[in-house]
Amino acid sequence: MLLLLASGSMYAQNSPEMRRSGITYTSPGTQALQADDSQNPGMLWVRDGAQRWTIPSGDARKSCADCHGAIATMRGVAARYPAASPSSGSAASAAGRVITLSQQINRCRVEQQRAPAWPPEHADLLALESAIAFESRGLPMAPPAQPALSAAQTRGEALYRQRIGQVDLSCHDCHDRLAGKKLGGNTIPQGHVTGYPIYRLEWQAVGSLQRRMRGCMTAVRAEPYAWNAPELVDLEAWLAKRAAGMRIESPGVRP
Amino acid sequence: MAHPPPRLRRPSRFGAAAVAGRLALCAAAGASTVAATPGDGIAEPLTTTAASAERGRALVANRQQSLCVLCHQVPLPEVRFQGDISTNLAGAGARWSAAQMRLRLVNPRALNPDSIMPAYFTTAPRSRVGVAWRDKPILDAQQIEDVIAWLQTLR
Ligand code: HEC
Ligand code: HEC
Ligand code: HEC
Repeated sequence: MLLLLASGSMYAQNSPEMRRSGITYTSPGTQALQADDSQNPGMLWVRDGAQRWTIPSGDARKSCADCHGAIATMRGVAARYPAASPSSGSAASAAGRVITLSQQINRCRVEQQRAPAWPPEHADLLALESAIAFESRGLPMAPPAQPALSAAQTRGEALYRQRIGQVDLSCHDCHDRLAGKKLGGNTIPQGHVTGYPIYRLEWQAVGSLQRRMRGCMTAVRAEPYAWNAPELVDLEAWLAKRAAGMRIESPGVRP
Repeated sequence: MAHPPPRLRRPSRFGAAAVAGRLALCAAAGASTVAATPGDGIAEPLTTTAASAERGRALVANRQQSLCVLCHQVPLPEVRFQGDISTNLAGAGARWSAAQMRLRLVNPRALNPDSIMPAYFTTAPRSRVGVAWRDKPILDAQQIEDVIAWLQTLR
């Protein structure tokens, strides 16, 4: 019996068919909240972001829309981040480095709009990221084939399997071996990243994947990596690969 | 300061316990009697002061401090949100001797390196331990003994 269960969970981590979005582990109430755009609190961030998309900003007095056109042109973009940053544009400082969607937005803010970068979890940054992710809703996660990204995914997987903190557990221990089990009052999800940025009831706000991962690190009494630290970017890259092919559901709602 | 008890830092002892421990775990799964395998425990208490089952009960009930109820059901109806990652600790006193429990709390990963259960009384190096927890075991020697005293009452 135990052996059967054990091999069942091994299967879960290797087989795409067994992958489940975190929403499927939540209560019917939470699922209903995510499913209905008129109730989903994350939609407030999406609408706010769509508005900000058209507002000129920075020394360049340019809006995102001035260069990119309607936000609908962002369809498919969130599905491929993190990715090696595009090398077009005047300032190529970050070109070739793997960056997250939020870092790419900030890159445009600094290099194109010539405005100060938003700090992590800034409301405007989360709103724009929510609006861009929303444009990819329903599309499969599709990390591109890039050597730099592939290296980041490999590093990310190693971090994912490394036990950390005083409690000495890895992401893999909980999200592959114990998914579906209750850790205290919380059901452990498989940890797929299809809903980001998410509205979390515990936060009463939308937050980023990095905020979520840092929370898991603190829970095992580990020192979380700093915002946008290479390790967090690598973890994001690995989690995107792990969820490749799963459909984007942003804005996700989670307990 | 008073945390790491030097007489327990003998890895060889845990190594020897590992194989026997695994057998004992298997036996315990099917049988109701204690599998008293020699070497499958730490016979000597970690402190010389008397243990208190009452304090042990309070510790187990305190999820932030002991973490037990994150993974185990415990026969304490007043404690809400008990996890189901592992066993129900009801009856643990009938399944394990105090010596066996001591090893399972001090370092369950000596029995099974893949164990999800954290090692409560080891100062072995770990990665990225948060500042507040650095170089400290999860529970101190007295707390381990108190928890064992309470677990032993569960029969
Ligand atoms: C001790 C178990 C545990 C460990 C270790 C752990 N997590 Fe989690 N994780 C959880 C639980 C429980 C939740 C859900 C929390 C909730 O809903 O309140 C969660 C949620 C998540 C989610 C959100 C999934 C979704 O559906 O939105 C992600 C992503 C995640 N964790 C990533 C990680 C990463 C990366 C690591 C390693 C750095 C990690 N976790 C380590 C228990 C764990
Ligand atoms: C002055 C023109 C300009 C402005 C203003 C601008 N961008 Fe960009 N953006 C670009 C260029 C050029 C690229 C191509 C990559 C690069 O050089 O960064 C790009 C790339 C992107 C990408 C990556 C697209 C992909 O396919 O990978 C995103 C996302 C993005 N911008 C978001 C924004 C947001 C959000 C704003 C407003 C805060 C904005 N941009 C403002 C010029 C601009
Ligand atoms: C992160 C999860 C976790 C935590 C926290 C945890 N355990 Fe365990 N425990 C386990 C697992 C899993 C096992 C099964 C044996 C193994 O894998 O090592 C176990 C086994 C046991 C056993 C032997 C099995 C039985 O029921 O007879 C005892 C006794 C025990 N734990 C007591 C405790 C006590 C007391 C605490 C708190 C001080 C605690 N555990 C905290 C996961 C946990």
